[in-house]
Amino acid sequence: MSRLDHTFAQLKTSGRKALIPFITAGDPEPGFTVPMLHDMVKAGADIIELGVPFSDPMADGPVIQRASERALAHRVGLRKTLAMATEFRKTNQTTPLVLMGYLNPIEIMGYEDFANAAQRADIDGVLTVDLPPEESAECVALLRARGIDQIFLLAPNTSAERVRKMDEVGSGYLYYVSLKGVTGAGHLDTRDVAEKLALIRQNTALPVGVGFGVKDAETAETLAGFADGVVIGSALISKIEAHLDDPGRARSEIITLLASIRHAIDR
Amino acid sequence: MTDHYDMPDARGHFGPYGGIFVAETLMPAITELNQAYQRYLQDPEFIAELDADLRDYVGRPSPLYHAQRWSQALGGAQIYLKREDLNHTGAHKVNNTVGQALLAKRMGKTRIIAETGAGQHGVATATVAARLGLECVVYMGAVDVARQALNVYRMKLLGATVVAVESGSKTLKDALNEALRDWVTHIDDTFYIIGTVAGPHPYPAMVRDFQAVIGREAKQQCLAQTGRLPDALVACVGGGSNAIGLFYPFIDDESVKFYGVEAAGDGIATGRHSAPLSAGRPGVLHGNRTYLMADDDGEIIETHSISAGLDYPGVGPEHAWLKDIGRADYVSITDDEALQGFHALTRMEGIIPALESSHALAYAAKLAPTLGKDRIIVVNLSGRGDKDMHTIMQREGIRL
Ligand SMILES: Cc1ncc(COP(=O)(O)O)c(C=O)c1O
Repeated sequence: MSRLDHTFAQLKTSGRKALIPFITAGDPEPGFTVPMLHDMVKAGADIIELGVPFSDPMADGPVIQRASERALAHRVGLRKTLAMATEFRKTNQTTPLVLMGYLNPIEIMGYEDFANAAQRADIDGVLTVDLPPEESAECVALLRARGIDQIFLLAPNTSAERVRKMDEVGSGYLYYVSLKGVTGAGHLDTRDVAEKLALIRQNTALPVGVGFGVKDAETAETLAGFADGVVIGSALISKIEAHLDDPGRARSEIITLLASIRHAIDR
Repeated sequence: MTDHYDMPDARGHFGPYGGIFVAETLMPAITELNQAYQRYLQDPEFIAELDADLRDYVGRPSPLYHAQRWSQALGGAQIYLKREDLNHTGAHKVNNTVGQALLAKRMGKTRIIAETGAGQHGVATATVAARLGLECVVYMGAVDVARQALNVYRMKLLGATVVAVESGSKTLKDALNEALRDWVTHIDDTFYIIGTVAGPHPYPAMVRDFQAVIGREAKQQCLAQTGRLPDALVACVGGGSNAIGLFYPFIDDESVKFYGVEAAGDGIATGRHSAPLSAGRPGVLHGNRTYLMADDDGEIIETHSISAGLDYPGVGPEHAWLKDIGRADYVSITDDEALQGFHALTRMEGIIPALESSHALAYAAKLAPTLGKDRIIVVNLSGRGDKDMHTIMQREGIRL
């Protein structure tokens, strides 16, 4: 059983939902990331999505784009992100870590080399925004052989047939993108999400996390009513951006926000 | 059209290149577009409307002109220019925007978006949007907005909203990113007119098919004027649409050599260039697998070229395939060489070419003297140089 399967099984037993924070590796500077990952676990994170900085983040809104730019200014890319994951694992062997990013860094490293490196770093899942199931066979097979889950995105306009396809090739969980737009957009409609999730569940037994545009504890609480996990990214990164001159303050505000969301989704 | 070359496959693959690599939200829109493209490009009514627009609105066929004085001065092969600069709006870009806009209309889309580098594709898109009464938003890197001010003004006159993109390197690739972000956000009513043979399938094949009118005409015209096929075709390669448009109808004519000319900028060795086929490696960007300029971490490297329209770190996937199978040769021309080509044509033939096209001209000027006087080279004169006056004046320290 993968660490992700185990985590979702345990949450289910205890009747809780997964809190899944996202930050970009190396933002605002490389030294910030690993301690922040540990702090997020303490604040109640069940799974962490760690963003791999990319020069052309086509599916991201301005907040995560700028996070990538700050990280790239410190030359943090895929290899340094993997090193951070390794560092994190030295003192945490339980929290699943999912790399989220774009395909090109993996292509340039080579699928097999990447799969080996991800295994060495003890990564649990890989979510590649621009790798749809049709093109994913080779990558998925290499990862699966090493016990790593490939996580796919579902969108509001994804057909039932495609949900079944993701169910077939994906594992760990599916990530439902709650709106038609980029990360951090402001028009999430929780009622829409509830309806759509009911349809998705008819076509998959995998856990479903919901993200894109979750900004506050209230929205998270509502989503936790029908999703298996809530992903929160831009709202956390906004804290980093608001306190670029004081990363310590960004850290404490992220912890406070996550703790309040933890509290809300456990209600 | 061709007997044995039948790329791409049903999922848009040219060998290992091409494909569909996009975020999930775009998948339904791409499927819808692909269905429309498959259907209407077989539909006689659609084709008739497209042909009429190309004739009466764009001004096709564009002439094939024998540049006799220049050929003589070069002392080798005869150079013929395919005059895409004479099209309405001044470049080949309009062949594609007319086609995609007709598709958008058939599909009931009310809003058009586009990315642009030099501004030629933006102008060509704003033009067709104005004609059809569609809302139009054009994304353009902030650097390009500054160096192509005249085209920005043209787009605004035509009623388009021009958004200066401030992210990343603020050039064409970033404009493409921003257009993709707009598309996922307005997926239901918006048609994205990509300006070159890049992007996810079906764009590389569809844009090629719309641009192939260049090669079909050139073939007929060359046969009519000289009684035979050309020996070589030369075209500049940014994303590669004017090049593939010229090459494609000749693809099974093995005696015809293809030369795609990339921008070497300050020189390939300096790293400051836009030549992924000459000096890049395969990767995935903007929805397809192709040659890219990327570093060891897979981050896209900033490009450089004097010509905004060639300043792109990727290239259409079909060119990647034609390179690998050896059907086309990809060469490069520096900024300085392109300027020499620009001046040569202007002074020898009284034609002021676009800086993009000047790369093709500069290569033709190298190639011609190596071939006999009875040989024929067709160069795609993809656009006119009016838009580049400012860049050239600055570069050469000229003030009016
Ligand atoms: C006149 C002209 N030629 C060539 C290009 C390059 O594009 P492509 O390689 O798609 O033909 C451009 C792009 O803006 C252009 O304006």
